[in-house]
Amino acid sequence: MGRTPFSVSRDDWTLHRKGQLDQERHRERVRQAIRERLADMVTEESIVLSRGGNVFRVPIRSLEEYRFRYQWEKQPRVGQGQGGTRVGDVIGRMPSQGGGEAGQAGDAPGVDYYETEVTLDELENLLFASWELPNRRPKDRRDMEVEQVQFTDIRKKGMMANLDKKRTLLEAMRRNAREGRGAVIDLKPDDLRFKTWDEVQKPETAAVVLAMMDTSGSMGTFEKYMARCFYFWMVRFLRRKYRRVEIAFIAHHVEAREVTEEEFFSKGESGGTRCSSAYELALQLVEQRYPPATHNIYPFHFTDGDNLGSDNARCVELVERLLEYSSAMGYAEVISHGRESRLMDELRRIDAPDLRLFAIRDREDVYRALRSFFTQNRQVS
Amino acid sequence: MDREDQRALEEAIERITDMAESFGLRPFPMRYEICPAEVVYAVGAYGMPTRFAHWSFGKAFERMKVQYDTGLSKIYELVVNSDPCYAFLLDTNTLLQNKMIVAHVLAHSDFFRNNAQFSTTPRDMVERMAVYAERIRRYELRHGEETVESFLDDALVISEHTVPPSPVEPTRLSRGSGSGTGRKEETSRPEWAGEDVVGYILEHSPALDDWQRDILAMLREEMRYFWPQLQTKIMNEGWATYWHLRIMREMDLSPDEAVEFAKMHSQVIQPAGHTINPYRLGLAIFEAQGEDPERVFEIRETETDVSFLRNYLTEDLVEHEDLFVWKPVHGELKVSDKDWKRVRDTLVSERVHGGLPTLVVDGESAGGELVLRHRYEGVPLDLKHLKKALGHVRRLWGRDVHLDTVVDERSVRFTAAPDGVRSRPLD
Repeated sequence: MGRTPFSVSRDDWTLHRKGQLDQERHRERVRQAIRERLADMVTEESIVLSRGGNVFRVPIRSLEEYRFRYQWEKQPRVGQGQGGTRVGDVIGRMPSQGGGEAGQAGDAPGVDYYETEVTLDELENLLFASWELPNRRPKDRRDMEVEQVQFTDIRKKGMMANLDKKRTLLEAMRRNAREGRGAVIDLKPDDLRFKTWDEVQKPETAAVVLAMMDTSGSMGTFEKYMARCFYFWMVRFLRRKYRRVEIAFIAHHVEAREVTEEEFFSKGESGGTRCSSAYELALQLVEQRYPPATHNIYPFHFTDGDNLGSDNARCVELVERLLEYSSAMGYAEVISHGRESRLMDELRRIDAPDLRLFAIRDREDVYRALRSFFTQNRQVS
Repeated sequence: MDREDQRALEEAIERITDMAESFGLRPFPMRYEICPAEVVYAVGAYGMPTRFAHWSFGKAFERMKVQYDTGLSKIYELVVNSDPCYAFLLDTNTLLQNKMIVAHVLAHSDFFRNNAQFSTTPRDMVERMAVYAERIRRYELRHGEETVESFLDDALVISEHTVPPSPVEPTRLSRGSGSGTGRKEETSRPEWAGEDVVGYILEHSPALDDWQRDILAMLREEMRYFWPQLQTKIMNEGWATYWHLRIMREMDLSPDEAVEFAKMHSQVIQPAGHTINPYRLGLAIFEAQGEDPERVFEIRETETDVSFLRNYLTEDLVEHEDLFVWKPVHGELKVSDKDWKRVRDTLVSERVHGGLPTLVVDGESAGGELVLRHRYEGVPLDLKHLKKALGHVRRLWGRDVHLDTVVDERSVRFTAAPDGVRSRPLD
């Protein structure tokens, strides 16, 4: 009997992309799962409060492959030692589980998640996919400048330098086939195809966010955190759209002053609230530092709406003036309990599509507010 | 690897093959494929180089690759039960690593060819799976990728619950006539009665289109092909390790190579602590049979892991291999028992039915609802998985599906209805 035959081969496997393709499909499913959770992610502390980190572990609805399988966790199992193991020896620890008794894992909330890694970039791509800059007013047109050209169309006439060789050849093949020839044997002028371009316009100027926040005693940790989440994403989105984005932090109670980001989100002051003080300071900054001719101005105000009644009329007047300079303005009222304020009522009467009012009752409202602030059409929520 | 390396490898393979045959191994003709890590991991993730596309394989592939890239684990080879037998070798292996691996895979090939469990597995599964993959691809083009993917998501959930191929085909379950159970008992292998859940759904589900039935039938064939591998993990790895050790001992290795080999081998048989290393335990059991070649060859022909452990895991072995039973106590894994019989029985219970719970078709209710029963053997089902999985089975059946099992020592019926899965006690 001869030796069992064998062969050794070393093929070119570069086209074997099976694993990579399905890996990509799995990632797409993960992205889909993240997309479904965007509303939660917007207020995810590990992202908003991170400093410098770019990759986050985020819990997403699991892409677990469910099977009928045993619950081994509480069962006796067999192990194997290096020798001399005795009853009572500890051979390891249980992997820590995110809450819930192992036995009731199926009923415990939150266990249904598994973590995946996502970069901030990836998250922004998903989040910003459907956002647009709010209505731009006619006077802003002047800062629309030609940014670049993009080849977007194919025509039969054009410059030789812009000849689209692939399409030309395809056209020749088609014609030759129509004329009953299998191969391309000639090229006629009519086959030629040229690329043509469009001018893509992009705002050339800077944007400034006038971030205003009520820091009076009634604004608690939750209210401030909602504001922080909102501004975090707002600035990131604007950075993608404009060459330069600045943010000015205006903290106010009865008086307003410009503060650092640190102070803006941490400091609390006691006393009453006069929102008009913030709007006044915002107008001042516009006049002194951010001329509307070169800046797209986005004033945005977070408050709990607990304003001095006598101040409301003045607020309306100032908001109307701010609107004249602004690309869009937003007012968000964080309502942890109770109902919308008188100030909100008053502002609602202003007839301006670029003033957008939001009531923030829970974390998911931050996402909704962002999404509807960054749309072309006016939406009031 | 240049031509010279390849010639050196081929010479080594000739010597190793001769040696394996002089020891009495009868492997299939071999096809050694030298390939990059990504291909080895793809084969590992799919179970076969030609299998159909699904995101779950991509997930497994990514996990393996990450572990490889971060140095957590490394697969040196993968071997496929086929004639000729394909072995995939990592292109970064050294010649010495390849020698050990060739000896190892020759024994796997011998095991596939001669163990009774594998006797009726199709040996052309590489080609068949390629055909299946192509057919599924065509269904994707016709019905949409998402539609087919979502059906695969459902079908893969239940695909394991079929019966291994055997020389004697189990009698098909006949359809329940109206009410009650429709089980036929006069089967030649009563222990498998009703266990072909996939086969039952395939034949009787009122909800499946022809293309869905076709896919389910293909998945069933694939799982039937994989089943014997689930049943012989310890034996198969033990057998391959037993022979690579013997063959390498007979090769004239330089002192350096001998040291290097000893290192590799000891890595392979390292005890795993909280679980069993099949290479080590399988090897130890085969070695305990003494140097009687007929005896080990007979064992490799007739046993599965369960009978292998029941018949040959002795008191001496349990003691010498330092096997024990452990339990989780307050977050710690604590050794609870060293009694050899209880160690053996616990290990057997882990390996029964390939380590998977046994589900059987218990018939259909009057309304055409499918009734499944978990054959409870002391280990409860994972309820979180059960609830999700049952929902998927409902989609395959098109009507409500029930599963009877035992939770906290009480019989419970889980029912997947359109509005979710609920449970109620049965007694």
